[in-house]
Amino acid sequence: MNAKGKVLKYGDNVDTDVIIPARYLNVSNGEELAKYCMIDIDPDFTNKAKKGDIIIGLKNFGCGSSREHAPLAIKCAGISCVIASTFARIFYRNAINIGLPILECDEAANDIDNGNVVSIDFDSGIITNHTKNRTYQAQPFPPFIKEIMASGGLVEQTKEKIKG
Amino acid sequence: MGMTMTQKILAKHAGLDNVVPGQLIQAKLDIVMGNDITTAVALNEFKKTGATEVFDTDKVVIVLDHFTPNKDIKAAEQCKSCRTFAYDMNIKNFFDVGKAGIEHALLPEQGIVVPGQVIIGADSHTCTYGALGAFSTGIGSTDMAIGMATGECWFKVPSAIKFEIVGKKPPYVSGKDVILHIIGKIGVDGALYRSMEFTGEGIKELSMDDRFTIANMAIEAGAKNGIFPVDEACIAYAKEHSRKTFDIFEGDVDAEYDEEITIDLSSLEPTVSFPHLPDNTRTIDQVGDVKIDQVVIGSCTNGRIEDMAIAADILRGKKVSDHVRTIIIPATQEIYLECIRREYVTDFIEAGAIFSMPTCGPCLGGHMGILAAGERCVSTTNRNFVGRMGHVESEVYLASPAVAAASAIAGKIADPRKIGGNAE
Repeated sequence: MNAKGKVLKYGDNVDTDVIIPARYLNVSNGEELAKYCMIDIDPDFTNKAKKGDIIIGLKNFGCGSSREHAPLAIKCAGISCVIASTFARIFYRNAINIGLPILECDEAANDIDNGNVVSIDFDSGIITNHTKNRTYQAQPFPPFIKEIMASGGLVEQTKEKIKG
Repeated sequence: MGMTMTQKILAKHAGLDNVVPGQLIQAKLDIVMGNDITTAVALNEFKKTGATEVFDTDKVVIVLDHFTPNKDIKAAEQCKSCRTFAYDMNIKNFFDVGKAGIEHALLPEQGIVVPGQVIIGADSHTCTYGALGAFSTGIGSTDMAIGMATGECWFKVPSAIKFEIVGKKPPYVSGKDVILHIIGKIGVDGALYRSMEFTGEGIKELSMDDRFTIANMAIEAGAKNGIFPVDEACIAYAKEHSRKTFDIFEGDVDAEYDEEITIDLSSLEPTVSFPHLPDNTRTIDQVGDVKIDQVVIGSCTNGRIEDMAIAADILRGKKVSDHVRTIIIPATQEIYLECIRREYVTDFIEAGAIFSMPTCGPCLGGHMGILAAGERCVSTTNRNFVGRMGHVESEVYLASPAVAAASAIAGKIADPRKIGGNAE
């Protein structure tokens, strides 16, 4: 599994309230939520973000509420991966559970600039910055999480298990 | 190597003798909870799994508390989908308007959560129940869906920070000041992925309501859970509220902690978190002159009876500033009734505050107290992120009910020790 796209970069503590404010949580449809993705931190996000683009944050990305609407809005906005120095834990597991690829890599998060073109090899955890001609090594997913991602998320994996 | 209290609860529920930090486990769940916002997403995911019934109709809890009473048509549709699901699935613990209260005050009050359990809730403040010596953590809608279908959840076993609580709590310092102080000290990611385990002789100084407030905000330090030992006060609370039997877990004496931090209650002051992060704390003497437009006293953090009591004590016989809208929200119907019995409602209304039915409403900028651009609110809630309670140019200052009530009177952030209460 691979991703390639242009980077949209943000700072520390990007919280779920700015990713998708509560005033839009009266719907649960991903396509609808995507229209307001990142609106309170970057009102122009939906115009700038193209399919396959990559979000980069620094520490504690996705802190705050448990709203799965946050990774869902990012996924449905066409973002192929989120890279951050660290993730807040509920956001981390929500992203995995819904099949939004995320990688923790402090070096990449700090070195990659807004607008750089980046590709990711999820199997090896290697992040390539084509603009700066540099590579960074992220921790690849452990096998347990790879299995969830390979199934397309926790629901699909559970569906297979329930069917037996 | 010994295990922490959290690790022992997780090991037991995973059917293992021993677990170590970083280990991925599958644990059996005692309670799976969701609210109107997160259940609306979870029920669709639940159906996609192919499951036709929940794993246990007594162990799934749905509370309609966020956008209720329905704030608009879309919220009404969302609540309707939750309601239909709850009835179809024969969910025993379904709380609709009339029975509902704010989930994290309601579940302990109704005796649904007790010590030693493993609880997941599709709401980040589910960590509240750690006050009862349970492992309790916030998860998302997909985890809720899978939890409802299978009665299990995957976890990465956390390491822990130990907080040794010592000393005696001064007047007008509450659980809120303790947790704001801790978050200010370690930062909003200071306990990321980890447990916050509270221990020490100072815990007896903390009422159960104080402990609920402290455990509630563990998530604001990034923690997976916050947990308190099960002492006499905790056992008394559990027995008063629940008929369930429960297991008491204790951390091993040789348990390893990433860090050990001592918190001396006697050194704490009323504390305020300035915009726009909970770790941006100042003690009350450092706040300066901050004029305010609104005060909110309530939420899963501070909507309990002791919070109402201190607010009533400060507001009784006084008037809130003409320039401050003061909104007081008891967390549950039972707390509401108790406020009537104790005549706090009279105190609030005569002081010029509004007293509303239980709802999460204003805390997350849902309804019942949205802020306009440039407005400032002192709030007993848990988050002060950009736009949390309304316009992106509004500001939220987090504080205890005592500071909030004193500030409502002063029209600016104020020290409750200077405004004073009637009980002095």
